[in-house]
Amino acid sequence: MSFEPKIVAFLCNWCSYRVAGAAGTAPAKFNANIKPVRVMCSGRVEPDFILKAFISGADGVLVFGCQPGDCHYSEGNYKTMRRIALLKKTLSQLGIEDGRLRLEWVSPSEGDRFLAITNEMTEQIIKLGPFSHRNGESSG
Amino acid sequence: MGKLKVALYWGAGCGGCEIAQLQIGDKLLKLVEAADIVFWPVAIDVKYKDVEAMPDKSIDACLFNGAIRNSEQEHMARMLREKSKIMIAYGSCAYEGCIPGLANLFNRKTIFDRIYLETESTDNKDKILPQTSYKVPEGELTIPKFYDTVKSLRQTVEVDYVVPGCPPEERTTWLALEALIQGKLPPKGTVISHNAKAVCDDCPRKRDVKKIKKIYRNYEIITDPEICLLEQGLLCGGIATRGGCGAPCPQANMPCTGCYGPVEGVIDQGAHFLSALASVIDSNDPEEIRRIVDDIPDPAGSFYRYSLPDSLLRGARIK
Repeated sequence: MSFEPKIVAFLCNWCSYRVAGAAGTAPAKFNANIKPVRVMCSGRVEPDFILKAFISGADGVLVFGCQPGDCHYSEGNYKTMRRIALLKKTLSQLGIEDGRLRLEWVSPSEGDRFLAITNEMTEQIIKLGPFSHRNGESSG
Repeated sequence: MGKLKVALYWGAGCGGCEIAQLQIGDKLLKLVEAADIVFWPVAIDVKYKDVEAMPDKSIDACLFNGAIRNSEQEHMARMLREKSKIMIAYGSCAYEGCIPGLANLFNRKTIFDRIYLETESTDNKDKILPQTSYKVPEGELTIPKFYDTVKSLRQTVEVDYVVPGCPPEERTTWLALEALIQGKLPPKGTVISHNAKAVCDDCPRKRDVKKIKKIYRNYEIITDPEICLLEQGLLCGGIATRGGCGAPCPQANMPCTGCYGPVEGVIDQGAHFLSALASVIDSNDPEEIRRIVDDIPDPAGSFYRYSLPDSLLRGARIK
């Protein structure tokens, strides 16, 4: 059976969630590997959320925010930018490939780019293979 | 009322928790006035078989320190759980895995390879690795099994209370013991400390505008004694760490490393710490952010110093 990756995508209400809505109704629908979670701002996406997604079965995580300078709450996406940079550095030490977590900025009009990113991410996760986290088995 | 029966045991720890228990000083006399110590390998000669012979739930409280790294520790944790009415995870190892838990950045194979095959001083031509059993003319010798993954006590048996700290401060130890002696223990599941808020709440340093352009290692900076260490660019984890310790480290010019575990309501202390740190980095430029972040030589070890086994990921993925 071919590997169908699960990719959790955190979508900011003011940009990517609107794009995703448009993309979903357009002929080129975003693929079923993408599991959208709507948040009010990418700044709401705490590192916990991303880790929880991974241990709950996600093979990859996408975080979408507004273009720098365009945050509905003025600073939220910058905070996300710093958090993801720190989280990625930490995750690399924990054996999680860089490509499994991706942060992207899209504006509400960038439907094609949104689709391209989700498709690219799906391809990339297929290459990386399924994610399995350390299950904490003490024996064995 | 008869005297309480108390047991104390150690798993994968360093002995610091025993020192912390002795550090309560003359209060120790109050403890032995109220309780008989029925098992305490560091101090009294009671064998495992003596514990095994004790009836179930005959021990009123067990203070278990240390993590679960091998099969002997797991066996003793399970046995003491059966024999004890109250199981207390004493210290950070039992609570979250602590320093021994940093071994979860590796696994048994990579640890054994490094120790028994690769270190510069290793002389092991036959590549002998530890075996759990070995036949000799006199019979079979056995040693405990070294596990792949370190677990906390809480991940191994049901724990009723936690006394946090590496090691717990004297006042925290006594807070728990006094409650035990007086029969006034808080609701089951409580992490016993004087403050459920962050270490910052205990810390007298002044907090102003948290903005940092550079992260320093401790030896790279002479800090101002009055101002928040995080604001001066040190990786102070007070913001993500439960208080109650009284903030002795920042008051001695050392950043909090997080030994009291997460603040109430937080699951993953490391994620919380790194998130808080990201908020105070003063840059909106990806390149500059990368440079600032690159000043942290060991992020996993810094953010998860005491809590890696208890974190959401529990350790590194080893391929």
